[in-house]
Amino acid sequence: MTPPTWLATPNGENCLNLSFSGDWCLESIALMDLSALLAELNERSGAQSVVLDGRELGRWDSAFMTFLLDFKQGCAAHHATLDISGMPSGVRSLLDLASAVPEREGARRTASRSVWLAEVGETARKLWADGLFLTRFLGETTLAGFALIVGKARYRRVDLWLQIQECGPSAVPIVTLISLLVGLILAFVGAVQLAMFGAQLYIADLVALGMTREMGALMTAIIMAGRSGAAFAAQIGTMNVNMEISALRVMGFAPMEFLVLPRMLALILVMPFLCLYSDLLGIIGGGLVSVAFFDIPVTQFMHRTAESVHLTDFFIGVFKCALFGVLIALAGCMRGLQCGRSASAVGDAATSAVVTSIVFIVVADSIVTLVCDRLGI
Amino acid sequence: MTEAVITVENLTMAYGDFLIQRDLNFTVNRGDIFVVMGGSGCGKSTLLMHLIGLQTPAKGSIFYGEQDFWRANARQREQIMRRVGVLFQSGALLSSMTLAENIALPLMEFTLLTSRQIAKMVSYKLALVGLAGFEDYYPSEISGGMQKRAGLARAMALDPEILYFDEPSAGLDPISAKLLDDLIKGLRDSLGATVVMVTHELASIFAIGTNSIFLDPETKTAIAAGPPRQMLAESSDERVIRFLTRDNPKAELPPLEAIS
Ligand SMILES: Nc1ncnc2c1ncn2[C@@H]1O[C@H](COP(=O)(O)OP(=O)(O)OP(=O)(O)O)[C@@H](O)[C@H]1O
Ligand SMILES: [Mg+2]
Repeated sequence: MTPPTWLATPNGENCLNLSFSGDWCLESIALMDLSALLAELNERSGAQSVVLDGRELGRWDSAFMTFLLDFKQGCAAHHATLDISGMPSGVRSLLDLASAVPEREGARRTASRSVWLAEVGETARKLWADGLFLTRFLGETTLAGFALIVGKARYRRVDLWLQIQECGPSAVPIVTLISLLVGLILAFVGAVQLAMFGAQLYIADLVALGMTREMGALMTAIIMAGRSGAAFAAQIGTMNVNMEISALRVMGFAPMEFLVLPRMLALILVMPFLCLYSDLLGIIGGGLVSVAFFDIPVTQFMHRTAESVHLTDFFIGVFKCALFGVLIALAGCMRGLQCGRSASAVGDAATSAVVTSIVFIVVADSIVTLVCDRLGI
Repeated sequence: MTEAVITVENLTMAYGDFLIQRDLNFTVNRGDIFVVMGGSGCGKSTLLMHLIGLQTPAKGSIFYGEQDFWRANARQREQIMRRVGVLFQSGALLSSMTLAENIALPLMEFTLLTSRQIAKMVSYKLALVGLAGFEDYYPSEISGGMQKRAGLARAMALDPEILYFDEPSAGLDPISAKLLDDLIKGLRDSLGATVVMVTHELASIFAIGTNSIFLDPETKTAIAAGPPRQMLAESSDERVIRFLTRDNPKAELPPLEAIS
């Protein structure tokens, strides 16, 4: 491969001859500093016209073309005419093609440098728009709920079954593992403290109350936010990318009824059962620790558990979990519907669905706990 | 006897500040095969989105019969859209459902047919677009051209009065494209459907188009309208002539009988 070289010879008063030789390819041009070359050329071509000569030109490819295009623009800026008739015909036709369709007016986007104040404003505006969207979304969901109650909602029953299958049975293994371990942890942490007073027996109370009122529901919700919330956002987001949602709208199916309702219903139906299951496994986990490490007889553990937990505790947990289900479905579906039309937007939607769900869950949990405390239940 | 099905008045379309097309005026009559043409990116798909109510006009109105679509309430709009079938440029089949389920979806919701009858109907529609036997395939398991055709079958599911097709023959081989032209013409003749389609296929524009509009990306408005053959014969605009002759103005137009 011969290195690329160029030779500029003045030709008369205001004409410049420019001849290229050697190989102008991606590999060889990478070694040259084109901008310096361009600057020099621009400087010299105070001339009115530039005549290019490519008879000596060896191999050339797109690298040469981009260089020529730059050069052409430089010439245009200096109001110099460019004569390319001396170039190989391939180069000429490609140059013509590259400028055959002029740039569309108003189409190019200019990146404007942002000031921090503008960015703050932009963020605030986004938050506000987000809030508005959420409000509208809540309203539409409520309307869809009414439509469901009067039996007018348009959705496929099969979808409901599929979602129940996806959200329920498939989640059992992970709920099993997490709940068992949370029960173990609760028992250990509690027992170390209680042992100081010789009150290991009360581990049972701690685990049973902790699981039924709080941890069972919370853990199930967080697992489901990660599993189903993210899945909802990704599914609906991808449908948005593929124009499937537009197609549904045109066919007379409201996305609220067709997509959001089955998912929300599935979570509402499934979460209470998962919550009860999680309570049970947590208590079993706690029992294992008590029996194995703190020498508490099984019967006594069971007796204490039965003594300390009331039906209301279960109810509170189950109610909270159903509520969390609604919130997860809301967050997941909302982020999915808000999703932009690209692959990365789908990823962002899934991430933000999980974050939003967890924020919703924790805030709702605090409120319910506070209310229960005030009401004395 | 001509009866206006769709009337567009002074329609201006924009994405935010980015103007796409302005001051469009045209009428689609019953039984028309109305062709929307123009260079890539000039706003043809955007125009369809406005006609089917997925995007709000920046200015102007769209009438279905006597009814102003964008002034109608939700129920009236739904009533209008019930008479409409749409094929999107990307097909837009529901990817979590098989072809049969996709086509059955509107049938199950909006008719009282039994599931046996629906299955028959689905097979018939798929056969019409040359996809007999593909009932149980998922959209991801068939090619792009096949997805297009399945989308077409879904658009026709309820035998709508008005059909919108966005580049129905893109991605089809010449023979399938010809069959598609025959199908569209057949739908028009047998069901009295009105077709609005975006297409670049010169052969089908001249073979089946009865009226048309030409959108120009530079001036951002319609620069020609009328039956395609007449447009070619009478237009003095270089852009229109170049488009309709593939930039080869001396080429002879194939005789009508040869293509239709
Ligand atoms: N969601 C969007 N946001 C902003 N601009 C858009 C959006 N969708 C399309 N556009 C712009 O609108 C213009 C018209 O797009 P449109 O899809 O209607 O073109 P088209 O005529 O259908 O082209 P083609 O023949 O290639 O399908 C394009 O220039 C595009 O940049
Ligand atoms: Mg398009």
